[in-house]
Amino acid sequence: MDFELSEKAIDFRSQVKKFIENNLTSEIISNMHETGTFNDKSFNEALASEGLLAGAVPGYGDRDPVELYLLFNELEKAGAPYDGLAVTMLVAGIINAVGTEFHHEEILKKLLTGKHNCCLGYSEPDYGSDVASITTKAEKVGDKWIINGQKMWTTMAHESDWVLLLTRTNSEVPKHKGMTMFLVPMATSGIEIQPVPTMASERTNATFYDNVEVEDQWRLGEIDDGWSVMGIALALERGVMGGTNPAVPLLKHVLNWAETTPSKNESLMINNNLMRERIARTAIINQVGQLLTLRAAWIAATGGMPGVEGSMAKIYASEEYQKVVGWFQQMAGAEGLLSFGAEDAAAFGWIDYDARHAPVTTIYGGTSEINRNNIAERHLGLPRSR
Amino acid sequence: MNADQEAIKDVFSSFFVEQTGPESARNSIPLGFDLKAWKRLSETGAPGMGVSPPAGGGASLSDLVIVAEEAGSQIAPLPIIDHVVTSRVLEKLDLLEEEVLTGTLIAGLVVRPVKNGVAKSVPTGAIANRLIALNEDKLLLLADEPPNKSLPNHGDLPIAHRVIKNADVIAEGREATELFDRALNEWKTLISAFLVGITRSSIEITVEYVKDRHQFGKPIGSFQSVQHGLADLPGLCDGARLLVNKAAWAGDKEIAGAINLTDNEISDFATLASMSLVFAGETSLHATDRGLHYHGGYGFSEEYDIQLFYRRARAWSQILNSPSEECLNLADLLLKDIGAE
Repeated sequence: MDFELSEKAIDFRSQVKKFIENNLTSEIISNMHETGTFNDKSFNEALASEGLLAGAVPGYGDRDPVELYLLFNELEKAGAPYDGLAVTMLVAGIINAVGTEFHHEEILKKLLTGKHNCCLGYSEPDYGSDVASITTKAEKVGDKWIINGQKMWTTMAHESDWVLLLTRTNSEVPKHKGMTMFLVPMATSGIEIQPVPTMASERTNATFYDNVEVEDQWRLGEIDDGWSVMGIALALERGVMGGTNPAVPLLKHVLNWAETTPSKNESLMINNNLMRERIARTAIINQVGQLLTLRAAWIAATGGMPGVEGSMAKIYASEEYQKVVGWFQQMAGAEGLLSFGAEDAAAFGWIDYDARHAPVTTIYGGTSEINRNNIAERHLGLPRSR
Repeated sequence: MNADQEAIKDVFSSFFVEQTGPESARNSIPLGFDLKAWKRLSETGAPGMGVSPPAGGGASLSDLVIVAEEAGSQIAPLPIIDHVVTSRVLEKLDLLEEEVLTGTLIAGLVVRPVKNGVAKSVPTGAIANRLIALNEDKLLLLADEPPNKSLPNHGDLPIAHRVIKNADVIAEGREATELFDRALNEWKTLISAFLVGITRSSIEITVEYVKDRHQFGKPIGSFQSVQHGLADLPGLCDGARLLVNKAAWAGDKEIAGAINLTDNEISDFATLASMSLVFAGETSLHATDRGLHYHGGYGFSEEYDIQLFYRRARAWSQILNSPSEECLNLADLLLKDIGAE
């Protein structure tokens, strides 16, 4: 195994690092936490004009999965708003894989400008992990589709021009064979967005679809074949589009704090042995998270399908992140509870923020339990347990 | 892995499966050493594989981690890691004896500092004919008859205290500490690989067991609680292997690596070797703990192999340092450019 990146990848990473240095301002970061919208269209546009956005679409152009990983990893490490971008670029990748000429012209081209976003409409109030049971209905009436239902966790819906919507089109067949995917313009009448505030700063949404009428050209993939389109999305994502190094920016904030904050015995926190042990352990966790992700990218770059490997990286990175932030929050004592803007907040409130944010990372994008099922069945060869 | 490394893996996997394994480990108690298997291994030339090509070796650290993982997967009671690492030091100082190269004499490393002329709990102390130790800034070579008697211990290892007297000073000052540090980092990397082998086998043994063992009319491996406890392990095992491989890669490179903690870019050998030992160690504790537990009462009985893996995981992961202490050493490396005391 070669841990040396290719020259092309190293150049690409330098370009990304330089872009971040020049474009990611503290205003962008504080704005994302104030608004709860982890998406910044002017930042995305700047990425596009730098020529970096085409490289962010999985399976598109001449960027391989390792470079895709590098782009999102650098954004993640820098604490940039990339959640909206990751989803949008994923949808761009799906369109590239199965979209029609119309989808390419009407959506993909626009997504590559950085001015537009997409959101995902998979989960429903009653169906999350069990996504094949969704009930949002799309009915063919004449040459149009009428959609009725409700979606949950449609994060970025309020920023988006299209929603990738998973619908029920056939109830007579096994559940996963009766779903169809659409790219519905958010401006279509009958769509309502309700914000769902969360315990962390980020905002998500519930979206309601009341007799939403769309032409057949907005269908993505074959009728009743939405499950395959979802499979493509999973294959493209491969765990390389961010989310596996969340404790890197956290550690940076913790170090700044520990170097300037006295501990009980008046010496700085950075000299406290338990603190030092935990910093070392966090550094190990960050390396392992990086290596597990890079492995998934390597496998993808050589034509493989790192589904199980992506699950391993996801469980590891998210659960360890939650553990690590728990350590530092406890070590910070009362000041570890203080939020952004509060006087004396440990690490200027980042510890409180990360402690609020961490729990959702083990839930969204496939819960730890769903990923464990995946590993148990597909890697360990144990019988299906549900 | 390149084609040569695939070949190394195949050869050593077969060797350790055929010549060692849990039976050899059991039969080697209480000494913790299988002389017959060591003689067979010596016939293959393995004890000399780590030295330079002209001396008959040529294996890189990246090659050696493959051997070490295969040895660990069969909990081979053989001092191959110590021997290879120590031989490399002896060769650098032009002190490599033919009997060490061939494995007729066993060489080992005193991994902890010597105190008051005594090296305590030396991993190969019971069997090593040649020991290299660091005493302050002097590198010592002890050529002495081993006691061939181990201190009774958790991991059935050939541990013994050794008195360091009449030892030759073979290097001094900066040369001594640099040689020793390099050897210790290689040792950490290879022991970590051995621990990855222990983890890998513990997962395999346990998965087989839970498919076979029935309760309530079903294999216990069909219960989700058991599945999920096991599903955590392969990612940890693979993560440990990746980290160990990265450490070996850094150790094989000629140029010095970097430590950039806040950017999570680390290519420094000593740092990665230390990380490997902590992570591979704790991963092996976790995997053997779950493994033993899912065997139920049988896991606790001597008859089942999982307890052998369980005890060796604990022994190898802390024979150098407590993991907390190793983390503090690691923190010193990571934070050396950051204004600490």
